[in-house]
Amino acid sequence: MAEFKEAPAGASLTTQVTTWFENRFPTAFDAYRVHMSEYYAPKNFNFWYFFGSLAMLVLVIQIVTGIFLVMHYKPDAALAFASVEYIMRDVPGGWIIRYLHSTGASAFFVVVYLHMFRGLLYGSYRKPRELVWIFGCAIFLCLMAEAFMGYLLPWGQMSYWGAQVIVNLFAAVPFVGPDLALLIRGDYVVSDATLNRFFSFHVIAVPLVLLGLVVAHIFALHDVGSNNPDGIEIKAKKDAQGRPLDGIPFHPYYTVHDIFGVCVFLMAFTAIVFLAPEFGGYFLEYNNFIPADPLKTPPHIAPVWYFTPFYSMLRAITAEMMYVLIACVIAGAAFGVLKAKVGALLKGAIVVGAVVLVAAMLSIDAKFWGVVVMGGAVIILFFLPWLDHSPVKSIRYRPDWHKYVYAVFVIVFLILGYLGTQAPSPIGERMSQVGTLFYFGFFLLMPWWSRLGEPKPVPERVTFAAH
Amino acid sequence: MHTMKKIILTLLVAFGLHGAASAAEGGIPWDKFPQEKVTDMAALQNGAKLFTNYCLNCHAAAYMRYNRLRDIGLTEDQIRKNLMFATEKVGDTMTVAMDARQAKDWFGATPPDLTVVARSRAAVGKGSGADYLYTYLRTYYRDETKATGWNNLAFPSVGMPHALWELQGQRAAKFVEVKDPHDPKKTIHRFDGYEQITPGQLTPLQYDEAVGDLVAYLQWMGEPAQGQRVRIGVWVLIFLGFFTVIAWRLNAAYWKDVK
Repeated sequence: MAEFKEAPAGASLTTQVTTWFENRFPTAFDAYRVHMSEYYAPKNFNFWYFFGSLAMLVLVIQIVTGIFLVMHYKPDAALAFASVEYIMRDVPGGWIIRYLHSTGASAFFVVVYLHMFRGLLYGSYRKPRELVWIFGCAIFLCLMAEAFMGYLLPWGQMSYWGAQVIVNLFAAVPFVGPDLALLIRGDYVVSDATLNRFFSFHVIAVPLVLLGLVVAHIFALHDVGSNNPDGIEIKAKKDAQGRPLDGIPFHPYYTVHDIFGVCVFLMAFTAIVFLAPEFGGYFLEYNNFIPADPLKTPPHIAPVWYFTPFYSMLRAITAEMMYVLIACVIAGAAFGVLKAKVGALLKGAIVVGAVVLVAAMLSIDAKFWGVVVMGGAVIILFFLPWLDHSPVKSIRYRPDWHKYVYAVFVIVFLILGYLGTQAPSPIGERMSQVGTLFYFGFFLLMPWWSRLGEPKPVPERVTFAAH
Repeated sequence: MHTMKKIILTLLVAFGLHGAASAAEGGIPWDKFPQEKVTDMAALQNGAKLFTNYCLNCHAAAYMRYNRLRDIGLTEDQIRKNLMFATEKVGDTMTVAMDARQAKDWFGATPPDLTVVARSRAAVGKGSGADYLYTYLRTYYRDETKATGWNNLAFPSVGMPHALWELQGQRAAKFVEVKDPHDPKKTIHRFDGYEQITPGQLTPLQYDEAVGDLVAYLQWMGEPAQGQRVRIGVWVLIFLGFFTVIAWRLNAAYWKDVK
């Protein structure tokens, strides 16, 4: 137990009250110091460092608006659509709450994608921050589950058929697939049972996991300390009191900094909420204003924009594409056997593994491998700390051509996203196949390309110009 | 980011992808709905009258309450006297007595609920739902090959007969066979103007105005809070703009210590 403190004689009432509480609940005061007033963050954070706190803000917006939506929403296939319109029309202020929530879903992905890209730019996933990154990737996965299940709730045509398409993907898993899809739906088609369980997952199960992961993400971050745009460990240079020379207390410096970021973000966010809540059919799809009809399949089913890059990769895996993937597996195995400095036993294992994989790829339907590729596109992010072998963390000190590699990656990701919103077409299919190879090439070849080139000298201290 | 956007757009245009999806959907290009009607109370009230007289017999607007019409300047008394023809109460929603299953037998499809039709009919790259409705309600023509005797350019083989025909009169559509510019062996069945068979109660100009009013009403009914939404939004943005300046200066005041 912490030592019992005495307020000095003649102390102000505030000090006396604070001391009273600190003696009885020191954990809260320690937490404040560890995470706020004595958490030393690098002073050279730039624009990209706003998105972590903005993600927290959007999480709070989603939880608070979600609480109010649940007060009026009816998770019942016969009532759900009407209850959303009831919220939009008859509940006082209901439309604001609903638009905040629907825009918040998209905003969440915008800030999280930018937050992840920041990590990619400055090597924030590198030692010792591997767990911070992994918790973050798990948050991203949860977010996808949360968004997917939440999207069913308005019970419009896109809600219904989007869920139908995605749940049917699980049916492609060999042996257990159809039973697995049945287990997820709770019925042979998406129905009231599905709506009820998705509602339950969306409002309590996934948010609980999400909150736990956010706490883990932040605790792990505050244990190892934040990275910065220079990719330098600020803890390597400390003053006499043991404080990093390039660190500043998170509170007040970054709290006040983030308030400014929040204002700018809220301007964009509320401009969409109040002036263009459908955002041209990308945040609220037009088809979703038609109640779900299990007997009428819409001609074109597109997921919401934040899933479209992954949806494109799913659609890219055709029977034809499988031969390309098989060639990639064989090339990878041949490279491993010829070049890798490992024992004969491991080389044998590579050959056996490749043979088994190719046999599976030839015998199981391409649809299943599409699901594997789509899942793999998210799962591969978890391995980033071990794929990157660059001698420096930050893009600032990498060879200049690395910037082009990142630029191509971003462009490919955006093109995949665009293609995912479009109806299938032969040329779109070809582009998404090339895009898929680029996406995976970026990660799987990273151990090779990230080592190439001459890195620039990394400075001793962070680069910072006083404001 | 800006250059990146340019590169992507160039790529998309180069591959001829842009607009490919919109060309794939049927029907003619949509006319532009005169958007200013949505804030014009007289237009909205006339639209409400047309809606309750011509649409609300087969189509319901089951999420819309009659007394919400107070928002477009009507009193409950006016609503009850002029716009309600059955035994509903003014707080009820706009339902219809027609049986959905019978309707399906008669028209081939149950007439959809129209509460949010203006929102659901929008299409990326083609226009707003109001644009669609404004075009659709003005492109009916006589077609004896169809069960109802009516067809539509914006919605080919539509199940609904021309409900506003008394106002517009009956028209036939002329078509010409022209060579396909992409394939000389094929011909395209191209629309080449209307021919008025019988006059309507309204002149063509008056008819366009009336449809504009009706569509304005449908657009408003899709989201009755839309005007309020924009008004509040402007104040929110003004406040945030003001607060952003304060936050910016507050931040600068703290950060001047950081060397």
